[in-house]
Amino acid sequence: MWLWFHKLSSPPHAFRTAGRLRPWFFWPAVLLIAIGTFGGLVLAPEDYQQKDAFRILYVHVPSASLSLMVYVAMAVGAAIGLIWRMKLAHAFAAACAPIGAWFTVLTLATGSIYGKPMWGTWWEWDPRLTSELILLFLYLGYMALRASFDDTQRADRASAILAIVGVVNVPIVKYSVVWWNSLHQGPSISKLSAPSIHGSMLWPLLVMMLGFVLYFAAVMCDRIRSEILRRERNASWLSEIDAET
Amino acid sequence: MTPRRRRLILVGLMLLGVAGAVVLALTAFQENLLYYYTPTQVSAGEAPRDRVFRVGGMVTAGSFKREPGSLEARFVLTDYENDIVVSYTGVLPDLFREGQGIVARGKLGADGVFVAEEVLAKHDENYMPPDVADTLRKQGDKRVTTPIATSTVENEAP
Repeated sequence: MWLWFHKLSSPPHAFRTAGRLRPWFFWPAVLLIAIGTFGGLVLAPEDYQQKDAFRILYVHVPSASLSLMVYVAMAVGAAIGLIWRMKLAHAFAAACAPIGAWFTVLTLATGSIYGKPMWGTWWEWDPRLTSELILLFLYLGYMALRASFDDTQRADRASAILAIVGVVNVPIVKYSVVWWNSLHQGPSISKLSAPSIHGSMLWPLLVMMLGFVLYFAAVMCDRIRSEILRRERNASWLSEIDAET
Repeated sequence: MTPRRRRLILVGLMLLGVAGAVVLALTAFQENLLYYYTPTQVSAGEAPRDRVFRVGGMVTAGSFKREPGSLEARFVLTDYENDIVVSYTGVLPDLFREGQGIVARGKLGADGVFVAEEVLAKHDENYMPPDVADTLRKQGDKRVTTPIATSTVENEAP
């Protein structure tokens, strides 16, 4: 059972696998995002109260989910790297950070654009908004910490601890609207009863979410490949790869 | 115990420790973290007397009043248990309407009227097309609000 695990953890194998998988993530992602955009902007009816302004959720909600999911993936990667001393897991975590940071920026920006006309403010120090901002600082802190070490191995271990500690913030972001009085609306989809978003508006959102996840996977393939290249720049297998491609 | 196992336990303990510390800190600062007070908390005297704070609730249907030619609006905010009268001078957000959840920031006056400096609309988690909202409204579903206040607000605002 551990054979595939060990095989995948070898840099040349992972490098090739990521390269081979990339188009299988990328093109479906493009297709799904295109369908989701058309469905969200054209096919979905306008909201009875927020009119067309609600359509920003088709970007806001998937990027917000991804900003949390990517952080969890990064922390899991960092923990595996720390416990099993697996270099590839550290490379995975390092590759996650900039993507997650961009999703967080996108979430904050679209939320702010929505907040001005709907709530009447660009920014409020509300639990949900504040914890999402802390998430951005965690991503930036992780990247800054990595960049401050010259030695990759030391950077891996130090930054892994920050990534693992920061994972505590993820449930705070997710449940901030439930635990505290918040200006931000509560969850519409991820709750036990039926979603409180009408089916005609829900399907483009789900398509969009899947598209975003696949897009993340595709970008991840690229980033992990360049991360492996950077780490293994002196390894002999690279010259063999050169000969192949 | 292998070193791998020791590291696993170490990481687990670290996570547990940080999570515990955060839970304790959040519980201790629960009151300071409170984004807004409910009308019940305000009438129970839990809200600060001489400091700016926020109060959140539903705008009671039929309570919205505005003198012609004036920007001062008065309305009743409720959490279905207690009410608080809010006075606000200025332009209200688009989503402001009777039956809508709002958050107002300001001070409590001596006469018990909350003088707001800022009014923010709070949207709920329901999204639906207008025709579905109409059907629900006919069935008397309370979740659906009718935009009466907004239209009068828009007409009167300079």
